[in-house]
Amino acid sequence: MEIKIALAGNPNSGKTTLFNNLTGSRQRVGNWPGVTVEKKEGSLKGTNDVTIQDLPGIYSLSPYSLEEVVSRNYLVNEKPDAILNIVDGTNIERNLYLTTQLLELQIPVVVAVNMIDLVERNGDMIDLNRLAQELGCPVMAISALKGKGTKEVAAKAVEVAKKHQVALIPDIYDKTVVSALSKIQSELQTHIDDSMARWYSVKVFERDERIDEFLKLTDDKKSKIELLIKKVEEALDDDAESIITSQRYDYIGTIVQHAVKKKGSKHELSVSDKIDKIVTNRILALPIFILVMYVVYTIAMGGTSISIGTIGTDWANDVLFGDIVPNFFDGILTSLHVNGVLYGLIMDGIVGGVGAVLGFVPQILVLFLLLSIMEDVGYMSRVAFIMDRIFRRFGLSGKSFIPMLVATGCGVPGIMASRTIEQDRDRKMTIMTTGFIPCGAKMPIIGLFAGAVFGGSSLVATSAFVIGIAAVIISGIILKKFKSFAGEPAPFVMELPAYHLPSAGNVLRATWERGWSFIKRAGTVILLSSIILWFLQGFGFTNGQFGMVEDNNTSLLADIGNAIALIFAPLGWVGDMAWKATVATFTGLIAKEEVVNTFGVLYNFSEVSEEGNEIWTLIAQDFTPIAAYSFMIFNLLCAPCFAAMGAIRREMNNTKWTLAAIGYMCLFAYVSALIVYQLVGLAIGEVAFNFWTIVALALLIGVIYLLFRPGYKPKSEALDLKGMQTAK
Amino acid sequence: MKLLKDCKPSETVVVKKITGAGATKRRIMDMGITKGVEIHIRKVAPLGDPIELNIRGYELSLRKQDAQMIEVE
Ligand SMILES: Nc1nc2c(ncn2[C@@H]2O[C@H](COP(=O)(O)OP(=O)(O)OP(=O)(O)O)[C@@H](O)[C@H]2O)c(=O)[nH]1
Ligand SMILES: [Mg+2]
Repeated sequence: MEIKIALAGNPNSGKTTLFNNLTGSRQRVGNWPGVTVEKKEGSLKGTNDVTIQDLPGIYSLSPYSLEEVVSRNYLVNEKPDAILNIVDGTNIERNLYLTTQLLELQIPVVVAVNMIDLVERNGDMIDLNRLAQELGCPVMAISALKGKGTKEVAAKAVEVAKKHQVALIPDIYDKTVVSALSKIQSELQTHIDDSMARWYSVKVFERDERIDEFLKLTDDKKSKIELLIKKVEEALDDDAESIITSQRYDYIGTIVQHAVKKKGSKHELSVSDKIDKIVTNRILALPIFILVMYVVYTIAMGGTSISIGTIGTDWANDVLFGDIVPNFFDGILTSLHVNGVLYGLIMDGIVGGVGAVLGFVPQILVLFLLLSIMEDVGYMSRVAFIMDRIFRRFGLSGKSFIPMLVATGCGVPGIMASRTIEQDRDRKMTIMTTGFIPCGAKMPIIGLFAGAVFGGSSLVATSAFVIGIAAVIISGIILKKFKSFAGEPAPFVMELPAYHLPSAGNVLRATWERGWSFIKRAGTVILLSSIILWFLQGFGFTNGQFGMVEDNNTSLLADIGNAIALIFAPLGWVGDMAWKATVATFTGLIAKEEVVNTFGVLYNFSEVSEEGNEIWTLIAQDFTPIAAYSFMIFNLLCAPCFAAMGAIRREMNNTKWTLAAIGYMCLFAYVSALIVYQLVGLAIGEVAFNFWTIVALALLIGVIYLLFRPGYKPKSEALDLKGMQTAK
Repeated sequence: MKLLKDCKPSETVVVKKITGAGATKRRIMDMGITKGVEIHIRKVAPLGDPIELNIRGYELSLRKQDAQMIEVE
């Protein structure tokens, strides 16, 4: 018989750690609350008929957040054979709140009190027998990190699943509520399965909208039930939802009083609190934060002697993919006497293209390693705490900082990191704007033009970051005024987990997972695109004959580029460079790293270095500084690479929103490049006054209007406020 | 009447009532801020918002705007 066990628990309680321990599978583990939103399955080690399902970390089964709805739909509809409820032993009171809700589902539950190593170290005592007795289900202590007690708890879960050993419904509510619940239950009888009676009657009592949709009660029944609820609300002088929540916590309070003995007084400062006193100190927090970011960047991407990432990437580009790998393939291919076309395909198309991307791996791995450490230590949620005030202004939340930060390395994990943002709106907004941040792959584009046209000025790279950040801010302000985004940012109710030493296993696993998704991309999308690109630029029609072309100005790629280049003429992409710039932009969609590569190929270099030093003089001949800058702006801001678009699609989980996000980015990029080229160009005397100057001016005014217009105000919000005022 | 948003760091207060409705209120209560619970105000973020609370033995951060919904004494 196939057995399904669901792993449920609060964010940060150690679900993923336990999941990895039980299944041996790999998954991201971090100290940032809410890391896992997607469902992950694995087989219990040593069995082949027991499946373990890692659910998202949730605090409650309320209907208000995506994670909670996902989890409860799974639990209610798919009915796992048992729930393994993982409870953080160092924070037992809040963790048991979810437990009281899980018990009402009438699915067999085993409670695993995790982090028992920390509990013991703190000198606290948890009476497991007492807890089991009160909750009416098996309770066991484990340490997921150290692998202590995990096998036993899994075995217990399998046992209760096989026996279908359902817990007794705990005695949570007072008499008034209980009697109302049983009356509601009898009203529901014909609509639901008996075993779910308690769960549904509590939900109906709470006026849970989603349950309402599901039950489809008659109006008659609804008003009867409403009357019941109203009576209890009057008697207890509170609203139904609050009554249930309060009574749950009161119930837990009494259990904990009996079963848990804490050493030390309540407000005594732990080591973690002492660290936090300094790290999020009013005066020191920002300098420390900037210092941390600076160190992370210097090590991963800087140009100093401790910049391990850069040193690794330089080596990969110059030695590994500049020398060793090409020589290796050259040796094999030459000894096999393969024909010229195939040789070109492999050497220029595949080795050159994929190598250019894989060169980034050292930088990306170092960056992810450092970010994973920050996450595991618990610093990430402090970052959100410190940054919230700023991000809120642009309709984002403090949590948006993490995706943006990760996006400076690579947009794909950046967009993926937006999952930690609970509120749908904030998340969509973050996904739409994260792509504006210049990622590692855009760096070579900046390097190319800085070197070729701007004399290597570091101002160019700085301005690229400023533009990226400005794009985020401007978009945030503009978008939050639209109806689909309007309203105040989401409630920012966030746990700040205690600091702890990073665990090498967790950090390395998280680093590897992120790095691997990047490498996979190089092996698949970029491999394919390199081949296609090589074909398009090497073949074409000469005198009506299709075949390999000598001069790539007559290649298929040139034909395509020429056909589309017109659209970009207002951005200053004119003359000889027009089709090259257009083609490079399109190959940039495949991967931004391809832009420099493409220029290399189009200027007839079989291979160029990361920043394309070989073609600098040629670029300088073709691009005026302002046209170069316009090209750069467009490419930094327009639709991200296909892999990132895929990530947007996955996170939005909605085609309309995906298209809206990508369309918005392209539009924003076009408008920005147009305004800069026409207006700045005019100001510095490089571009003459023309029709597009007027268009650019009009667009500039339009943007300013969008920035300062009063936003859409949702009606329900206004009602809410009124309600609050009368309540006062 | 005193609101949580106006409390100073290192004050300890008891929740009297939670006003408002909807997702925010539910979220606040789910996190353990219910009638009668003791809240210790740890600190205010460097930029003045949000605030950090110690409640039911753990650390919680809350925006002042949301803390406005919580009446304390
Ligand atoms: N000391 C100790 N730390 C643990 C234990 N279990 C997990 N941790 C740590 O707690 C942190 C959170 O663990 P995760 O497994 O990511 O928690 P999660 O429940 O999956 O969290 P989300 O995915 O955010 O919901 C990690 O830093 C773990 O190293 C344990 O038994 N003892
Ligand atoms: Mg997890």
